[in-house]
Amino acid sequence: MLMTDPKLKLEICYLLSGSMAIVSFALLYQSRMAATINTFAVHALLLGLVVALQADIQAEHNLYLTAAIAVLFKAIAIPLALHFIIRKFDLHRTIEMVVSPGLTMTAGLGLVVVAVMVMRPVTVHSDALVTADLIFAMVVLLLGILMMITRRNAITQVVGFMSLENGLILAMAGVHGMPLVVEISVALTVLVACIVFGMFFFRIRERFSSLDIRHLESDGRVSQ
Amino acid sequence: MAIISESLVQLLQVLLVIGIAPGLTGLIRWVKARLQRRRGPPLLQAYYDLARLSRKEVVMAEHASWLFRSVPYLAFTSVWTAAALVPTFSTSLLFGPAADLIALVALLGSARFVLALGSLDIGTSFGGMGASREMMIASLAEPAMLMVVFTVSIFAGTTFLPAAAEVVRNHHAIIHVSMLLIVITMVIVALAENARIPVDNPATHLELTMVHEAMVLEYSGWYLALIEATASIKLVLYLSLFSCLFLPWGMASANSTAVEVLAGIGIWIGKLGLGGILLAVFETCIAKMRLFRLTDLIGGGFLLGLLSVILMYVFGNI
Repeated sequence: MLMTDPKLKLEICYLLSGSMAIVSFALLYQSRMAATINTFAVHALLLGLVVALQADIQAEHNLYLTAAIAVLFKAIAIPLALHFIIRKFDLHRTIEMVVSPGLTMTAGLGLVVVAVMVMRPVTVHSDALVTADLIFAMVVLLLGILMMITRRNAITQVVGFMSLENGLILAMAGVHGMPLVVEISVALTVLVACIVFGMFFFRIRERFSSLDIRHLESDGRVSQ
Repeated sequence: MAIISESLVQLLQVLLVIGIAPGLTGLIRWVKARLQRRRGPPLLQAYYDLARLSRKEVVMAEHASWLFRSVPYLAFTSVWTAAALVPTFSTSLLFGPAADLIALVALLGSARFVLALGSLDIGTSFGGMGASREMMIASLAEPAMLMVVFTVSIFAGTTFLPAAAEVVRNHHAIIHVSMLLIVITMVIVALAENARIPVDNPATHLELTMVHEAMVLEYSGWYLALIEATASIKLVLYLSLFSCLFLPWGMASANSTAVEVLAGIGIWIGKLGLGGILLAVFETCIAKMRLFRLTDLIGGGFLLGLLSVILMYVFGNI
């Protein structure tokens, strides 16, 4: 790839951050759980690309690790785990949204205006593209919070929480020279993994009245 | 000399638009049939249909008035005029100064208005239902289209369509996020306005699922031929508008030679064909939506358009 022009790399970062904001809106619109999880996988993939690009721009090679975590865990492993949960515990048909997608997206639009008005005075002395990156990170964060409060099911609320984290990591990667980015992203990933495990155990306990994992084996029969 | 070349190009566009439109419809039907493992009608079937309909006798309801009889002509001329103004293979048209984006939206809106009036004229409740469904979709799709117009106008600094196409073509800097959003909005609006799946099934025989056909169910013979031609030209218009705003490369300009104009025509026909095939694949991949979920879809498109206008204000000077 002819990626030698730094301005071009910043512009592609801007484009990818904007795409993350668009995918956050798409996350708000989804009404089916499998589609929500797949959209989140795309969200995490875009985050991995942005962080890898920022690692290249800032010559901060630790960020490649953050990008790898975003892609491996959040784009592949956690969506697979969530798909397994909703298939095994038959959660496809639960009622999802508190209000209609249209109203949610209108609230999201208001949050975009809030994000712009908050981040504009903070970044007034920065380059226009860095400002854009930070504004989109704020948008992703606020839309993640909105998704958490407009959903009824715990799994989609966890997806909202993870998209909020993606916004945080996007902001951390967009600000040049922030320390401990990789450590913070690892800590957040461990937190999310604990939440997913917690939901998993809760469901097993609720369905089978015990945490014995023999109940999950494919034939489903447990010889007492 | 420039006047002669501009008027020749304009005349060519006026004739080509009406000549190509049934072919595009035939191509889309053929591709959809092949994707569904059927042989499908021949590619020129739409032309044969129009010829057959124009030979048939018109059967009208007893209480139809002058409005019912004039609606096909009004709708056809509005849409044909709008299609003749969109720069398809050349940005220098004789009537180019009239090609304002908002005027185009108004022309298409007036075509829909007279169609709805014509369906109400007979007095059947089915025509009223079709008109109300179409107006519900239009009340959401037209603001979304205007958001597209506003974004493009802020970006290009003008609502004049040939100039906007030139600005997009000569723009060698960054692609804005607003343009990505606008592409999504434009696709949703185009699907809604042309009565395509997921908004409306153009091949349906069930009155329960009709939206556009419910408005035109009473027409027959030559009037029906005009209305079907109107729908075909509208599809060509939307595909040409999409390619003019987002893929304007290959168009001839004011001082191009005849060879460049012919190449522009070839490229335009290629873009139409590609757009038709993609539309057919898309329609085969998804199902028609419930009517009451359409507000979510088209309203979502409108909100994305509004978001892109906001972002274009915020990031316009990058």
